[in-house]
Amino acid sequence: MKRWKKRAAIIGGGLAAVGIAAALVLNALNSNIALYVTPSDVLAGKAPKFQAFRIGGMVKDGSLRRDNLTVHFIMTDLVKDIPVAYTGILPDLFKEGKGAVVQVKENAGGEYIATEVLAKHDENYMPPAAKDALDQAQKNKGTP
Amino acid sequence: MTAELGHFALILALCVSLVQGILPIAGAQYGRREWILLARPAAQALFLLMACSFAALAWSFYTNDFSVQYVAEHSNAQLPTLYRFGAVWGGHEGSLLLWVLMLSGWTVAVAQNSRTLDDTMVARVIGVLGLVTTGLLMFVLFTSNPFTRLLPAAENGRDLNPLLQDPGLVFHPPMLYMGYVGFSVAFAFAIAALLSGRLDAAWARWSRPWTTAAWVFLTLGIALGSWWAYYELGWGGWWFWDPVENASFLPWLLGTALLHSLAVTEKRGSFKSWTVLLAIGAFSLSLLGTFLVRSGVLTSVHAFATDPRRGIFILVLLVLVVGSSLALFAWRAPKVALGGSFGLMSRESLMLAGNVLLVVACASVLLGTLYPLIIDALHLGKISVGPPYFNAVFVPVMAPVLFLLAAVPLARWKHAEARDIALRMWIPGVLALLAGALVPRLMGGWTVLTGLGVALSVWIAVSGVIQIARRLKSGLPPSSFWGMHLGHMGIAVFVFGVTMVGGYQEEQDVRMEPGDTVLVGGHLFKMVGVQDVPGPNYSAARGAFEVSHNGGAVHMLYPEKRNYFSSTMPMTEAAIDAGFIRDVYVSLGEPLEGKAWAVRVYFKPFVDWIWGGCVLMALGGLFAMSDKRYRLRVKAGAMDTGLTKGATA
Repeated sequence: MKRWKKRAAIIGGGLAAVGIAAALVLNALNSNIALYVTPSDVLAGKAPKFQAFRIGGMVKDGSLRRDNLTVHFIMTDLVKDIPVAYTGILPDLFKEGKGAVVQVKENAGGEYIATEVLAKHDENYMPPAAKDALDQAQKNKGTP
Repeated sequence: MTAELGHFALILALCVSLVQGILPIAGAQYGRREWILLARPAAQALFLLMACSFAALAWSFYTNDFSVQYVAEHSNAQLPTLYRFGAVWGGHEGSLLLWVLMLSGWTVAVAQNSRTLDDTMVARVIGVLGLVTTGLLMFVLFTSNPFTRLLPAAENGRDLNPLLQDPGLVFHPPMLYMGYVGFSVAFAFAIAALLSGRLDAAWARWSRPWTTAAWVFLTLGIALGSWWAYYELGWGGWWFWDPVENASFLPWLLGTALLHSLAVTEKRGSFKSWTVLLAIGAFSLSLLGTFLVRSGVLTSVHAFATDPRRGIFILVLLVLVVGSSLALFAWRAPKVALGGSFGLMSRESLMLAGNVLLVVACASVLLGTLYPLIIDALHLGKISVGPPYFNAVFVPVMAPVLFLLAAVPLARWKHAEARDIALRMWIPGVLALLAGALVPRLMGGWTVLTGLGVALSVWIAVSGVIQIARRLKSGLPPSSFWGMHLGHMGIAVFVFGVTMVGGYQEEQDVRMEPGDTVLVGGHLFKMVGVQDVPGPNYSAARGAFEVSHNGGAVHMLYPEKRNYFSSTMPMTEAAIDAGFIRDVYVSLGEPLEGKAWAVRVYFKPFVDWIWGGCVLMALGGLFAMSDKRYRLRVKAGAMDTGLTKGATA
């Protein structure tokens, strides 16, 4: 085989591989990104309609209610409240009055159904999305 | 007093590392023999000083010296001795000290085991390692000093994060760091070769065992971390595509590509530039991993801004390392002679294809890891990239790599006939297709992914066995041959485990009262009860469960929910009954009303094969390293370079 043909084959193969990988990456990124929103955003209709998204905020004090394995609680940014339900075992660090992030998919009769509840790291740690939500809500409250 | 001694040793180490970084390289460049000869003693002195410094910190932990801030933050008088030792690297400052200690350890290892190498080359390698050490020591001393005093001293320490109080976590960071830091040796060899302008087969042969050693450590370190997450985090996963995990996986992917590329450079003299780039890349990703984990950017880009010195320091270090080495590469690469040519269908081309795919996989993981950070830094919103992204990209890119890796050892160097390979691969091919079609059905349902996974692992395993059997006919093969096949078998075992767990694990969250039973994966779980039991620095609620399979023998499992005295954070300790073909796994959720608890029960088929595969891969690396030719041919290698020197002069 001629040298240039070989080179062309190698370069062509490389480009094809990179192209396929890029297509896979873009496609996967598109459908697997979850946007973080605050409870205020959700009530303002800023949450994505057909995609999972994550609510960051605090678990409202006194809002936790158990119904067998299903837990109902309220996510708050201290301005607006969002009711959430989750079925399953909560992470160790999930507590009333502490920061948490929940991934939700759908809204069932005014209550959001969480598919995943995240509360990690140590007890003094506030998830950045939760902290952000509180800060933003405070800012908006100060300047209506 | 001990802490001050440690601090002093650290400052002396910085001075020595400057000498080690500058003089030997300058000596090699200007032909000053006395400077070149400084390299080895400097490396030894540096290692001694680092060992003193590290010992001083360990002593402060052992004696509960809570006037040292780092000790006060990460230990506690009640902490068991083993964990007090593990706590030395339980936080940022100590783990960086460990990083540097290991770096100096690798340097000494190079200094001691390179007696047969050309002194000039060794001086350059040790010099480059010295420069890297200088950078990191400055980082430790100026931004993360573990010896800072706390005045007045704390009454008692804040305690080690309970999650880290586990034997797995005592050994995980040192292993991982040995791997990370080990790639610095491959990097130093590459830079030394660029500096000397002699990128030849001899360079690849020197560099290979070191790279393999680093890769072995990294493999074991990642496996340990994954195993720890499996049993200690309590929720049954073994890999979460968490940015911290990805940070260790990225250098592994490039390191794997580097191992194979080095093989081609050694055997055929091809891929030199590519190999050098991979060596630079693997070490840069190790640094990037340290940056990601240690700067705080992962918790939030803005956390980085609250203590910007650390992050910026590593970032600057990273830019310096990558920038200067790429600049050196751009300057020297045109002088690198082309290696042997090869046909479109040859072992070289197939290895190149595998290599490119590994790099593509690495790039896509890197993108998914950094994407949320970039978006956040640009104030475009906060997003998270979930595991589905990584699975969707990683699996299709790696599947062809797995397909290739079984066939490549059959392909001839320079020129291979596709027909020859196909003729020798029909048995594994047929078996793989059969297994891919049947095994998932036996397990309870065929899907594309399980079919593909089983087929690929059988394909690799069977072709490995056939190749070994054929090779044995012509005498006992060298240990590097065993190394390659063991490593590839490890991949097959790993892929099989991942496929089985991914496809057929069963999980149930249930409410259970004493006497209740639940059936998961053919195993009957019966809750006996939950009792309070005391621990050394915690109190626990311990559940008792009876597990039986098809009415067979009854095993007891005791999962715990622990409350550590030093924190209000509860900890889930899962109870696992491990087996060759399955694990069953119980963890306690939270107490519900009365005597009822929320309980999570898992059935995980073949899950231990995942780590077994990693151990096999690491063993393969050990065999490959111990090959006789690295010891015998070193002398010949030194002659080689003499020859090439003569030829280029």
